[in-house]
Amino acid sequence: MLILLWPMLVFSEFKPWILFEAQSLQASWQFLASFVPPAHSGEFLQLLMVATWQTVAIATAGLTLALLCAIPLALLATESLSISMLETGRMRLAGGLIRQAARWLLVLLRSVPELVWALLFVRIVGLGPTAGVLAIALTYGGMLGKVYAEILDSSDVHGTETLLKNGSGRLAALFYGALPEAAPELVSYTTYRWECAIRGSVVMGFVGAGGLGQRMDESLKMLAGDEVASMLIIFVLLVGAADWVSTSLRKRLG
Amino acid sequence: MSLVLRGLCVHHAQAAKSALDDVTLSIAQGEQIALIGPSGAGKTTLLHTLAGAIRPASGEFSAFGTSPWKLSHAGRHQLRARFFLAPQTPPLPPRQRVVTAVLAGCLPQWSFWQAISSLIRPGDADAASDALARFNLQDKLYARVDRLSGGERQRCGLARLLVSQASVLLVDEPLSALDPALSLQTLNVLQQEASNRCATLVCSLHQVELARRHFPRLIGLRDGQVVFDAVRDDVTDAMVEALYQNASGITAGADVTDLMAGARC
Repeated sequence: MLILLWPMLVFSEFKPWILFEAQSLQASWQFLASFVPPAHSGEFLQLLMVATWQTVAIATAGLTLALLCAIPLALLATESLSISMLETGRMRLAGGLIRQAARWLLVLLRSVPELVWALLFVRIVGLGPTAGVLAIALTYGGMLGKVYAEILDSSDVHGTETLLKNGSGRLAALFYGALPEAAPELVSYTTYRWECAIRGSVVMGFVGAGGLGQRMDESLKMLAGDEVASMLIIFVLLVGAADWVSTSLRKRLG
Repeated sequence: MSLVLRGLCVHHAQAAKSALDDVTLSIAQGEQIALIGPSGAGKTTLLHTLAGAIRPASGEFSAFGTSPWKLSHAGRHQLRARFFLAPQTPPLPPRQRVVTAVLAGCLPQWSFWQAISSLIRPGDADAASDALARFNLQDKLYARVDRLSGGERQRCGLARLLVSQASVLLVDEPLSALDPALSLQTLNVLQQEASNRCATLVCSLHQVELARRHFPRLIGLRDGQVVFDAVRDDVTDAMVEALYQNASGITAGADVTDLMAGARC
């Protein structure tokens, strides 16, 4: 094992002891020490608030667009609203084809990571939040659509099936049977994805899609630890806020 | 004859033997029929087949003079609005309000926008309230379904039948969660409603005595086959006993009369 591993480690220049050399220890210490106190000058905080607002806006706008594409695709992809499945246990050919097409579209959308979409869109629409919004819309549309369809399929379908068997329309059956069953899961997954979109928009900021990420990129390059620290605190607060929103929404849907 | 079945066979996916085997029946509009037979005899499958919810493997099924399985997909779904199928376990989402759950019986008649606006402001709360009142549940109108007891839930599911406009009522064991007094009351409401709107009522029951006392026609099912189909007076104790004798899953030594006593209470 060691014989096998050793050349690889040498080849990849894996030298963990560098971490503990006096010079790098000192550099790390200096960088870390500059974290406290976090930057809190009025001017910087104002800048930070604008960037935070931009990040939240990118995430929210991206997720809203993602919902616009995820909801119709999820309804096409779910099996719980199929009438022919009830009749014979199989889907009609046309229905099956549409369902398969929707599934493939969802796969296509989410198989490209948002960072890659962002890089593409930065080339197309230029630097700025638009690229971030579009990147989130596409990837998250794919993820939300797939998971929505699966939540609908795996929740209790007895109510929906009975409504369909009694002749209600599919959308009516969705609102009277499937949604009351699955609403809390759907809401909790959506707010979790919103949280992910906030993190995602930060990462995409590094490639020039605006918001907190872009600021953080600049601060990191200037080794301004105090500014990085303030931004990390903002991240924690944002994720905490998303968590609170999710909990209170779930409580209301109970 | 409003409903005719001829040589009907139904297979469930992945099941070895057929759920219904060569069933021939004809049912006139306005008839009230009790469906009896041991567990697993095919009562539920027969009700679902009558509702046009399951496609038969072979045989003929015609309803109101048309054959649902020869209609287009959309035409068949439209026909389903004339049937009301009440499954044994009430199909009510736990987090839904009772009024919404009951008014879901109107969905086949409502447009999509009517359905959506009724979620915000109940479209016909009076109808729901009246329907619940017939089961003494009017005070539960705005309660949530998961606050109801099992028996209340079952009757709430039947209140949905009362607001529907179906002319064939297919009810699967409506009394399974009810005490004897409530059973009687509930059965009365169902039968009154059916005769008021000249609707056909087919009701599967495990309470054989109730079935024999209240229904003019009884159909005995066993192993997916019709064992007897007779008017009440022609059904003898021996026929009923034979229907339940050595039903699948019960060892030969089991005392069938004990079983029958259990079925009667």
